[in-house]
Amino acid sequence: MKHYSAFAVAREALRYHTGWERAWRSPEPKKRYDVIIVGAGGHGLATAYYLGKNYGIQNVAIIEKGWLGGGNTGRNTTIIRSNYLQDPSAAIYEKARDLYEGLSQDLNYNIMFSPRGVMMLAQTQHEIRGYQRTAHANALQGVKTEWITPERVKELVPIINLEGPRYPVLGALWQERGGTARHDAVAWGYARACSAMGMDIIQKCEVTGVRSENGHVVGVDTTKGAIDCDKLGIVVAGHSGQLAEMAGFRLPLEAIALQALVSEPIKPCMDVVVMANTVHGYMSQSDKGEMVIGGGTDAFNNYTQRGSFHHIEETVRALVETFPMISRLKMLRQWGGIVDMTGDRSPLISKTPLGGCFINGGWGTGGFKAIPGSGWGMAQLMATGHSPLTEAFSLDRFKEGRFIDESVAAGVAH
Amino acid sequence: MLTLRCPYCGVDADETELQAGGEAHLKRYGPGSTEDEFHDYLFTRENPKGVHLERWRHAAGCGKWFHAARCTATLEVFGTYTAQTGEPTQEIKDAISAKRPGWSWREFS
Amino acid sequence: MSTRLQKQGRLIDRSKQITFKFNGTTMRGFEGDTLASALMANDQMMMGRSFKYHRPRGVVASGAEEPNALVGLGEGARFEPNQRATTTELFEGLTSISQNHWPNLEFDVGAVNTALARFLPAGFYYKMFIHPQPFWKHVYEPIIRRSAGLGKAPDKETKDADTYEHFYAFADVMVVGGGVAGLQAAKAAAQSGAKVLLVEQTAHWGGRAPVDGGTIDGMEPGAWVEQTLAELQAMDNVTLRARTMGAGVYDHGYALAYERLTDHTPGVQGPRHRLWRVRAKQIVTATGAIERPLSFAGNDVPGVMLASAMRDYVVNWGVTPGQRVIVATNNDDAYRTAIILKKAGVDVLRVIDARTSGGGALADEARSLGIRVDPGKAIAKVKGGKRVKKVAICNQDGIGGAREEVACDAVAMSGGWSPVVHLWSHCGGKLIWDDAQAHFRPDPARPPLGADGNGFVVPAGAANGPVSLGEVLADAQTAGEAAANAAGFAPKTADAPKGEVEVELPMEPVWLMPANADTPLRMKAWLDFQNDVKVSDVQLAAREGYESVEHTKRYTTLGMATDQGKLSNINGLATLAKALGEDIPQVGTTTFRPPYTPISMGAIGGEARGEVFQPIRKTPIHDWNDANGADWEPVGHWRRPFAYVRPGEGVHDAVNREVKNARENLGLLDASTLGKIIVKGPDAGKFLDMMYTNMMSNLKPGKCRYGLMCSENGFLIDDGVVARIDDDTWLCHTTTGGAERIHGHMEEWLQTEWWDWNVYVANVTEQYAQIAVVGPNARKVLEKLGGMDVSDAAIPFMGWADGKIGGFDCRVYRISFSGELSCEIAVPASQGLAFWEALLEAGKEFGVMPYGTEALHILRAEKGFIMIGDETDGTIIPQDLGLNWAISKKKEDFLGKRAQQRSHMTDRNRWKLVGLETVDGSVLPDGAYAAGEGVNANGQRNVIGRVTSTYYSANLDRGIAMGLVLHGPDRMGEVIEFPGTDGKIYKAKIVDPVFYDKEGKKQNV
Repeated sequence: MKHYSAFAVAREALRYHTGWERAWRSPEPKKRYDVIIVGAGGHGLATAYYLGKNYGIQNVAIIEKGWLGGGNTGRNTTIIRSNYLQDPSAAIYEKARDLYEGLSQDLNYNIMFSPRGVMMLAQTQHEIRGYQRTAHANALQGVKTEWITPERVKELVPIINLEGPRYPVLGALWQERGGTARHDAVAWGYARACSAMGMDIIQKCEVTGVRSENGHVVGVDTTKGAIDCDKLGIVVAGHSGQLAEMAGFRLPLEAIALQALVSEPIKPCMDVVVMANTVHGYMSQSDKGEMVIGGGTDAFNNYTQRGSFHHIEETVRALVETFPMISRLKMLRQWGGIVDMTGDRSPLISKTPLGGCFINGGWGTGGFKAIPGSGWGMAQLMATGHSPLTEAFSLDRFKEGRFIDESVAAGVAH
Repeated sequence: MLTLRCPYCGVDADETELQAGGEAHLKRYGPGSTEDEFHDYLFTRENPKGVHLERWRHAAGCGKWFHAARCTATLEVFGTYTAQTGEPTQEIKDAISAKRPGWSWREFS
Repeated sequence: MSTRLQKQGRLIDRSKQITFKFNGTTMRGFEGDTLASALMANDQMMMGRSFKYHRPRGVVASGAEEPNALVGLGEGARFEPNQRATTTELFEGLTSISQNHWPNLEFDVGAVNTALARFLPAGFYYKMFIHPQPFWKHVYEPIIRRSAGLGKAPDKETKDADTYEHFYAFADVMVVGGGVAGLQAAKAAAQSGAKVLLVEQTAHWGGRAPVDGGTIDGMEPGAWVEQTLAELQAMDNVTLRARTMGAGVYDHGYALAYERLTDHTPGVQGPRHRLWRVRAKQIVTATGAIERPLSFAGNDVPGVMLASAMRDYVVNWGVTPGQRVIVATNNDDAYRTAIILKKAGVDVLRVIDARTSGGGALADEARSLGIRVDPGKAIAKVKGGKRVKKVAICNQDGIGGAREEVACDAVAMSGGWSPVVHLWSHCGGKLIWDDAQAHFRPDPARPPLGADGNGFVVPAGAANGPVSLGEVLADAQTAGEAAANAAGFAPKTADAPKGEVEVELPMEPVWLMPANADTPLRMKAWLDFQNDVKVSDVQLAAREGYESVEHTKRYTTLGMATDQGKLSNINGLATLAKALGEDIPQVGTTTFRPPYTPISMGAIGGEARGEVFQPIRKTPIHDWNDANGADWEPVGHWRRPFAYVRPGEGVHDAVNREVKNARENLGLLDASTLGKIIVKGPDAGKFLDMMYTNMMSNLKPGKCRYGLMCSENGFLIDDGVVARIDDDTWLCHTTTGGAERIHGHMEEWLQTEWWDWNVYVANVTEQYAQIAVVGPNARKVLEKLGGMDVSDAAIPFMGWADGKIGGFDCRVYRISFSGELSCEIAVPASQGLAFWEALLEAGKEFGVMPYGTEALHILRAEKGFIMIGDETDGTIIPQDLGLNWAISKKKEDFLGKRAQQRSHMTDRNRWKLVGLETVDGSVLPDGAYAAGEGVNANGQRNVIGRVTSTYYSANLDRGIAMGLVLHGPDRMGEVIEFPGTDGKIYKAKIVDPVFYDKEGKKQNV
């Protein structure tokens, strides 16, 4: 792998950048791999990367129906935070956030992690209590957050309107080391590193069947032929249900649409990420200058990657109320993605009824921020059979009634 | 932005008048049921990319719950029907078959 | 230089001069000008700077596709960044500033990036700025952010001076685009009787036809447009809206249209923008086509312009971008520009036609006017910095050598036309590649599908592929008829008007000029003018493996500018396809997403701002509360007084006063927001037994019972007092936030599970005002008002009775959420305020004071009563709260029963409710957790409990709290530690949750 640096760019500039090699190879599949990961999104690629890096398992194929990073990894609003209430969530999201801090250096690919701070506004008494609870929980979880006053909110976000006539800002939960990253770069950076370890990323290849013997997975059928493996990781977000069906089990998941939008780019005016859950919206400014905005999900099953416009209206209305200066900005683009939601809105990282087959999905609206932690834990689970990071996210929790419910702290949006 | 015809009041209701209610024709399992039965009843959901039967409520209209047969891949609506049934009506099954021959959903086809 | 011509300018009124400002300089234009045409008339060709390299940018187009001429418009509360000068109608007093430069447009420090361009190829930032780690946030990113962005941000305190509104519209056929195709399609559809809505994004009808010439039914196109418009205006079933853009097409025939009402007359009364939410049975997209630039070195220098735009400026606004013009083309259409310019007196030096065959009839006409035509030639390079100075000409078939240089000051370019397929594609319509025209057009076999599974969008005219006037009109007629037919109307078949223009020879695709341009030239051949993406960047992306069109787009930012690739997409795709050795259709397009052009956030939000952001629900006593010091707390859409603050008093003083007074004298609570649901019918008792964990069927009429409701998943969702009114009627109280939710919950079970049960439910929350009369003097005030027997014998604790008090129709519930002697009295909503005032008046001698929600909370916490939302959070079962007494053991079934039998629900390690008393009397922090020993497998501190409610109790003069604690009820008297976020450790003793009047004597008198 050719090392990326300013020096390398300068050297290449002198020969018109003709010397750059491919960021990742585009191989034909081999007959057999130790591990096959289905899905070359952020979570799948990160799983493969840490299998190689942490456990030396490098005979790995990552099979992707479309293009790597082409799903929710490239469609989200890029927020990274770990100020979760429940212990298992805080653990995996904080692991992810911590890995994000050094990911550019680890991958030698600038993923532009920008720990600019994430703020969750409290606009009712109920929310104040909820976030103070989270702040207390975070302190014991080793997640650095703090409760801040409206005055401090205004200092950090000069464009905010504290005195909204309906929902004045009463304070906020502030995570200084939360932030954003360049979403595509996360997928590309992991892909390049995986490829450099000798792993095969096979794009435009659809898995059509899962083969098993004696209750144990032995391989997959694909549009590029049958491929054998010892272990299989299903990391396909919205299409988890279809893959699980091939593997002979069912999942507590539903696919629904989540939308986001961006404004036209403007000069820097907002340095932090703000989430306003009472009015349902969140906003940050990308390095390009666009205001990146997200809100709620549709409530019905949907695979079209198109959501309903009234959600966009509600979100924009909420944010115009919170940040009146955006009223004269313009929406440049709106889009939708398909998220897979579980019964408690927390993810699944788990063994499955099929031996050697593992599932990582159900990230709902919050997957991007978890990518490195999710990959780290999933790799540990696949390599060793157990991971403290993923233990609570097992499939059997629904049978036991042991839920990981984050909505309790008013923190539903991601 | 869906529109569904409420089978009770006959209105072609805009999605903003409607409340989605998830998978249709669930069989309720109460005390005495096994772990698996109860788990599947509460959490295992049909999640097809294609024909789906689901519950809706005309919440900001007549208030009635009803059923819809819809394609989750194209959002095509095959029809809506009464909530007071444990299975899709023959009329609805025929309407789906006309558009998606060979369809099946759970135990229905 | 660019100047105003003596003649031409069909859209301007030279008798009406307008004064405006650009970068502080006063300039003049005419009514009918766009800002772009007026700036050009003032020789202001350079209008901004590009995004990445800060290169000088001049106007390149004449409409919505403009990527370069973006300005900051207006001032103060009407300032708006990134306005396209080409679609901004000029008005008196307009002020504008150019963007993305420092210190000014002419001299921009950021332009150093141009010199460094070679070091800043596509994706350079992924390969750099990696070390040292903290530098990204603190050094690199701030510099990049300042350099990026486009327009200035509005001031941080800006509150938009304008208003916005939403309209609903229903149409059988919506036609988007008011060019000749849209007009004809609308007419064809309307003649069937269908209700037609026709929208046009500009202020003018007729589109390009009046500029491009030809004849329609023997008439000048302009005259035909006037005539057809008049016909449509005369039809009752047709609605016409100019300045209204079709912004997006969504599922099931939903469409958005964006009407700009006062952008051209700011300050005029009324909303600025109107967002139309349209439901149409069929949508005709007559959105025309957009000309493509040619990719040659220096094609981004100000003065290089689309050929069609150049003739628009001449014909429509009487402005020429230069005096000596060179035209470069791969098709016949661009000859029109040469001819129009020449006839307007502009020197057209030559037409460089990449086709070796040269052009057809139009080329002959150009030659006859004395214009030199060079077939088989190409522009090797445009020279000039802020303005075109000369053009180097070479053979198209080559690498760009053997150049001839020609001095000129403007270049018109045409790479062919691409249909505007955005609206067709928004909702899933697919495209096919047309080899002859080298463009994507709608695939009629794969339209966007409506609710019925049939296509609901019909493309018409140039948006569907045809280019010549005759074909466009014929296609529009067919489309209009087809749309009417699909909408259920019988179209009157008619012949399309006959459009006649010069016959054109086929265009030839030219994706790079010259065809084999060498690397230095490719590094100067722009694809995306705003985002600075060049041919070499796309080639680099392909070489590095970013092979999918989505990868290339994201890696290079091609097509991600504010024009969303209207000019750059096809050229970029073609470049990528060539680099990959694939066919263009194989590479495919990126996804088209709404809106077609950016629409204001204000318009999306609509009227709902400020006070009317969301509806406010008001109790009958709301206004009284407001006038008497209510410190409002939003609870759902209601507002409830947190406390009634007296002059000179702090909120917490008020709370303490209210809490003490309710225990010592007499308190009144406006409890009208509590949910009230009537459940009635022969099976009502059976139904309520399923809804509540405890038994409701055996409640006697005249009696009340506290009940708990759980979800099917076992968790506590609501609580409240249920009263049995008569044999088959119950009234269920819910929490304030729960009324609609619980009503819906009941309806859901009744309609979808137990539909054969004979039960009706009705939410009567707003039909009654409800007032809690609380305290030792409660009975006294009621007796003073008189009218019914409220003695303990007549209405014992947990009983209720109807009667009259002080002349008011009352239902008196003898229930207590405070532990005091208390009646909650419901009166018809219309009498609520009068009854409240009567109680206050009569209560004066008994020390009456209203109290708010905070006092309510403290009073209940002193008594150890739980509060939904405090002690519960969606993960709590009644057993956690010691409420087993309210869970029937006799009932076989109720919602939540099965769930509560699961292993985690019966786990004895579930945290249980206890009281918590700080050792030093202080108040425990809200939401604090009790720390246990050691850490878990993830290194998190183990926890053994948490605070659910915590208050200062004025009655006990100490902090009191409730919390959930591991094995709590077995650990009475034990002291546990709560680390605060303030760094302090709070020590609290585990106690019984009832802090006040443990025997419950006070409520039972």
